[in-house]
Amino acid sequence: MNRSPYLTDAPSVTSIMLRVLLALVPGIAAYVWVFGGGILVTLALASVTALSVEALMLKLRERPIKMFVTDGSALVTAWLLALALPPLAPWWLIVLGTAIAIVLGKQLYGGLGYNPFNPAMVAYAALLISFPLLMTSWPAPLTLAEAQLGFVEQMQFIFSGALPAGVAMDAVTSATPLDYLKTQLTLNHSMEEIAQSSIFGALGGQGIELIAAAYLLGGLFLIQQRIITWHLPTAFLASIAIIAAIFYLSDASRFADPAFHLFSGATMLCAFFIITDPVSGPTTPKGKLIFAAGIGFMTYIIRVYGGYPDGVAFAVIFFNICVPLIDAYTQPRVFGHEK
Amino acid sequence: MNAIVNISRLLKSKLARTGLSSFKGGVHPPQHKLESTTSPIRSVTLPKHLVLPLRQHVGNVSKLQVAAGDHVLKGQLLAKADGQVSAAVHAPTSGVIASIGNQLIPHPSGLPDISITLEADGRDQWIEHQALDYLSMSKPELLDHLREAGVVGLGGATFPSHIKLREDARHPVRTLIINGAECEPYISCDDMLMRERADEIVRGIEIMRYLLDAEVCAIGIEDNKPEAIQAMREAVAKSAIAIDVIAVPTIYPGGGAKQLIKVITGKEVPSGRLPTEIGVQCFNVATAYSVHRVVNHGEPVISRIVTVTGNVARPGNYEALLGMSISELVQLAGGRAEDGDLVMGGPMMGFNLPSAAVPVVKATNCIIVPSAEMFPQPEPALPCIRCTRCADVCPVNLQPQELYWFSKSQNLEKASEYNIFDCIECGCCTYVCPSNIPLVQYYRYAKSEIIAQDRAKEAADIARERNEFRLMRIEREKQERAQKHAQKAAGAKAEAGGDSAAEAAKKAAIAAAVERAKAQKAEVVAKNTEEVSPRVEAEIAKIEARRAQKPELSGQPEQTELFAEKQEPAVTSAVEQMDGTQLLSKEKQPTEEAK
Repeated sequence: MNRSPYLTDAPSVTSIMLRVLLALVPGIAAYVWVFGGGILVTLALASVTALSVEALMLKLRERPIKMFVTDGSALVTAWLLALALPPLAPWWLIVLGTAIAIVLGKQLYGGLGYNPFNPAMVAYAALLISFPLLMTSWPAPLTLAEAQLGFVEQMQFIFSGALPAGVAMDAVTSATPLDYLKTQLTLNHSMEEIAQSSIFGALGGQGIELIAAAYLLGGLFLIQQRIITWHLPTAFLASIAIIAAIFYLSDASRFADPAFHLFSGATMLCAFFIITDPVSGPTTPKGKLIFAAGIGFMTYIIRVYGGYPDGVAFAVIFFNICVPLIDAYTQPRVFGHEK
Repeated sequence: MNAIVNISRLLKSKLARTGLSSFKGGVHPPQHKLESTTSPIRSVTLPKHLVLPLRQHVGNVSKLQVAAGDHVLKGQLLAKADGQVSAAVHAPTSGVIASIGNQLIPHPSGLPDISITLEADGRDQWIEHQALDYLSMSKPELLDHLREAGVVGLGGATFPSHIKLREDARHPVRTLIINGAECEPYISCDDMLMRERADEIVRGIEIMRYLLDAEVCAIGIEDNKPEAIQAMREAVAKSAIAIDVIAVPTIYPGGGAKQLIKVITGKEVPSGRLPTEIGVQCFNVATAYSVHRVVNHGEPVISRIVTVTGNVARPGNYEALLGMSISELVQLAGGRAEDGDLVMGGPMMGFNLPSAAVPVVKATNCIIVPSAEMFPQPEPALPCIRCTRCADVCPVNLQPQELYWFSKSQNLEKASEYNIFDCIECGCCTYVCPSNIPLVQYYRYAKSEIIAQDRAKEAADIARERNEFRLMRIEREKQERAQKHAQKAAGAKAEAGGDSAAEAAKKAAIAAAVERAKAQKAEVVAKNTEEVSPRVEAEIAKIEARRAQKPELSGQPEQTELFAEKQEPAVTSAVEQMDGTQLLSKEKQPTEEAK
């Protein structure tokens, strides 16, 4: 009898997910510009895998297939994982990672809305632990590589692991700026010397900073579209910037400046697309600030003192665990209640 | 962290500030008010047949004052207020009481309620009535008049107004707020009333202010009603008292009493409390109007303005007689009333009428005749993705996604802890949910479940208390008996020149205690053997016989004792049989006395 309100004005889940994908497009374009078209193959592979595995799992779980496959959430997970993996990662790594994300990270917990962890980060962490070498061997940006691979050659490499005749592996790969920084610092080189390397750009890594800027642009679009709020990205970026600034000011020869940390690694992707996953994140405004600032802090600590060059995945998963606690302790004051 | 949240809030409220406060959240659904505000308030043709529920207000059902067959005049009292929290019902036209009985009423439950059916005689003849000289009356006298005239809140809550107009020394009302916000889409009855009868509303406000002795008086009107604001400003300018007309921002649910009070005064009504506790009282404009009609014309509440809109040829506002059929009203507006799909109230908080034949009541502010595309059936619900759009728009600052989770998983205690009873069911959360989850319905369900559980608990508490009292009474009686024995024994002993009376009393008390323990034990075990079938009784008798023959094989001694005691109560009365303890101790008395 009482089904009011009779009016609704809400975007569908599908339209939200599609706008997230749209917001990734500038980043992808920059990616293609910097690393070549291979990423498009990676994205396609991840998308097909995600949708097939999702459909299969829904069938096994006897859930409506069409309704959930078309919600777009599997594609978002697939794209985020694909963009986090090293470009030119072998096809099986992409397929395996995507399957882990959808099966272990999402469907086994109950599918859309029920995953306590960010599925893409679960898969990323699993791959990083299982295949550390593959996961840390990044190709050099095209402008820096000794041998430039075309789209077809990149595709060949993804599917067969074979490079064109006469091209050595070293000619296409290079250390990422975060990686390079870490190893050089352990060799007691000063920041000044390290920054001389050609892989460093104006803010972060050469080329990588361009992708980061494109993610930032996409992120601002999401805020403008009211798909995400300012809380998470702002707290996350501010947290990284502040802690990096503290270290940098304490010893500029041993710590990179805040801009480098903001425009390197997965910082921007994380700020606008990964920690903003609503399902595995906190829901209160104050909780969002704590969650994001915590991830920023932990990311920095792992980058500087941890065993991996970038710490986003582990930081996100760790704080995903804390979400129920954060939510419980940050309940906002209800109208008419005392503080 | 806190600082950042505070700064953002500050910025937000600074932007919204126009000397007014604001509340968090809210939504901007399409207005659809223009359709029903293009023509003036229309009167209705006199209906032949009226149905008047005795419960058109919050509180006790009013007490019937007429019988079937009686002829009544327009404005005549049909049922008077029963107690303070109640309101009277009057005849909206002259005619004959055809019947009194259960009829379908406009209520979300769809259940019928006791109603008076009045057949109009067509003469529409008024009962003798006159204006009141309220300034020369005592305030309680005036309040009684309002109660007997059936004045209730016409904004939809239908709470008896005389209670809210009573002066309370503990919580004096400093600010009187008149609610003309009318924030729900489609509804325009208050808007039109303000446009056309602004002076009468102000007369009513003057009476209310007089009753409450309020210092400040303000009318809040959403700024999407410039004509009403203009009309009210002109009307208050002519008044002897100072009344502010405040244009408040148009945002749903800005017309909620607590929200409007926050916007105008900047103060929040504490949760679960009344506005008077912060010195504010709030009434709907239509209530002020009916106070004026009652006091200055002597007319009880027998009609109200109803918006009829949606899929009708002549959407607009009608001065409808209470009790007239809603389908008649819809026909007047040029619509087809089909059972089941009419909505009473607005699209955000209204409900589907159980039938188009239900009568107009004091709560009927709007009837919407929906077309298929107006209020489409919602898409199938997806799981909650915790996007918190609902939390962003919640005007009470609840966490709807958590309440949904708790309601769905029947975790009612947690739902209470997360303040589900602060939910005003405004529907903003459902309005913005991307997963199409009917959130408000979950909350309504959880609330009713919690209330039902509390009632059950209360009933259990009462039963337990009764039982405890009963046990106490039994104990007391036993002690009284023990005392008697002690006295008797003391008397006997005194005669024999033996032990002191005190010692005898002590012994008697010990004996009584032993007896009680025995009796209790007996009662507990005896339960199983009560009300046994004759066959089993025969069986027991047989076993008893065998035991008597072979005492060495009779098992545990307690059992023998038990059966022996069981045989005794045959002579006791039915009342005593209900009370095993009492019965057994009585049976034992002779033995004790024999000691």
